[in-house]
Amino acid sequence: MRVSSLKLNILFVVLLAIGVVFSVVSGKVWLPWDAWNQTDPRWLIIAELRLPRTVLAMVIGAALGAAGAVMQGYLRNPLADPGLFGISSGAALGAVSSMYFGYALSAFLLPAFALAGAGIAMLLLALLAGRSGSLIMFALAGMILASITGSLTALAISLAPTPYVASEIVNWLMGALTDRSWDDVRITVPIMALGIAALATTGRSLDALTLGEAAARSMGVDERSLQWKVVIGVGLCVGGSVAAAGIIGFVGLMVPHIVRPLVGGRPSAVILPSALGGALLLLIADSVVRIAPTVSELRLGITMSMLGAPFFLAMLLKLRRSLA
Amino acid sequence: MNLPTPEILEARRIGVAFGGNRVLRDVSTRFETGKVSVLLGPNGAGKSTLLSCLAGLRRPDSGSVSLAGVDVLALARRDRARRIGFLPQTAEVHWDVDVGTLVSLGRLPHRGHGGETAEDREAVAEAMRVTDVARLATRTARQLSGGERARVLLARVLAGRPQWLLADEPLANLDPAHQLDVLEQMQRIAAEGVGVVLVLHDLSFAARIADFAVLLCEGRILTAGAAHDVLRPEPVRDAFGIDAHFGTAQGPDRFVIPLRRHRG
Repeated sequence: MRVSSLKLNILFVVLLAIGVVFSVVSGKVWLPWDAWNQTDPRWLIIAELRLPRTVLAMVIGAALGAAGAVMQGYLRNPLADPGLFGISSGAALGAVSSMYFGYALSAFLLPAFALAGAGIAMLLLALLAGRSGSLIMFALAGMILASITGSLTALAISLAPTPYVASEIVNWLMGALTDRSWDDVRITVPIMALGIAALATTGRSLDALTLGEAAARSMGVDERSLQWKVVIGVGLCVGGSVAAAGIIGFVGLMVPHIVRPLVGGRPSAVILPSALGGALLLLIADSVVRIAPTVSELRLGITMSMLGAPFFLAMLLKLRRSLA
Repeated sequence: MNLPTPEILEARRIGVAFGGNRVLRDVSTRFETGKVSVLLGPNGAGKSTLLSCLAGLRRPDSGSVSLAGVDVLALARRDRARRIGFLPQTAEVHWDVDVGTLVSLGRLPHRGHGGETAEDREAVAEAMRVTDVARLATRTARQLSGGERARVLLARVLAGRPQWLLADEPLANLDPAHQLDVLEQMQRIAAEGVGVVLVLHDLSFAARIADFAVLLCEGRILTAGAAHDVLRPEPVRDAFGIDAHFGTAQGPDRFVIPLRRHRG
């Protein structure tokens, strides 16, 4: 089934509008319409807890969806995920080290450390991948970076000064949007917006890459500038999202994969619907974890992994069949 | 579109080395629009490397390539992309896009940030018509045979209406009928004033369609000139190390059959 990108985008926007309402009213405390005025005591829950959380869920979902769509187009691999770059684990390492050293008490320091971690990972990635603009070097550099940052994070947990710090780190790594404030929105949303804007400019070059690197170069694609745009765009999107919510995997893998058959394979046509679809997916998932009947709130990052892993497996099996 | 004076694509003393291995040494030659030129030579002679230097895709370690007197690497990327169409050897298509979309990718160097113009649509339709792929328009890349895919990718380059068409082994993986189709396309667009430069392995096809031939061996030009001067027993023996039979089919059509490795 094929639909035009425009129709799909409109559908996503309509669903998002419904999702926003659902996200604001749902949770351990249900907030009916009569709570929606500033004189009602429950307004505080809406304004200070639900709304920032809703905004963050949407922007993080959009950032991860767009980053996934661009990465898949860039690497020309439908199994690529922003997590592969090592940028999300770099950001996580930054955040974890802020907890390890006990700086996380200030609202600004954890996101700042996470972004610094993402930035350093981006820089290392660009340095490791070299000047060639080669995709293979890029993917390999990303994998190496991911394993190094992953092991350093494990080291920080194992050497944590107190059991409390260790459990705080582990908890944070699982990814969640619990108790996020407007401060988190103010720090991380502009960063992710900047990242999405950078990624939005890659469409034409990604389309040309459909025909391979040599053809793309002959069609006027500047591979090095494309690589920078991808590194910076994905870095800001993933770094911002990790700073806001910890590691939330699989959004960037699943959403472009669902969207692609609907709009045709052209990479540029996948970016915007993936951003909107990512926003919708995370918005719904974050509402559902709040109303799930568990003792403590279900972790968003874990929920997404539990949705994503079987999805990944199904994709792999399908791919294996088509290769057989 | 017959130009009064042909445009010249010229390689001047090009040298390229991969690591310590010198792939091209001091190669100088020139090509004209309105002609079909072929690059010939054994594997590893440097044909593809020369073609990518000519297309401005690779910076030679020494020497330069000029297009109408301007260094090809000094041209703005998009300007170069509009003037030189390049058909790589690998027929890569990474996403399962439909044929219409695939061909219209050839218009990317011409497009602004707005949508398709009437000229874009017309160029795509024309390219699909002359390559006989219009009836495949709604199929997707995975539903094409090897020959269909090769024609669709040729249509992609033609949709850009380049002044030059550089193709690396455009006949690879095609059956004889489609090889003839593609060669006919090359001759037709050359007659319209496009400069066609092809890397070919088939000496008979080269003898039939080339106006100009360059015979490369171990990174040097062994001989270059009119195809019938280049495709003679001695240069072919020296370049490929083979004895071949040279004959004439109907009319002017010549053929070359490799017989055996040359000994002695």
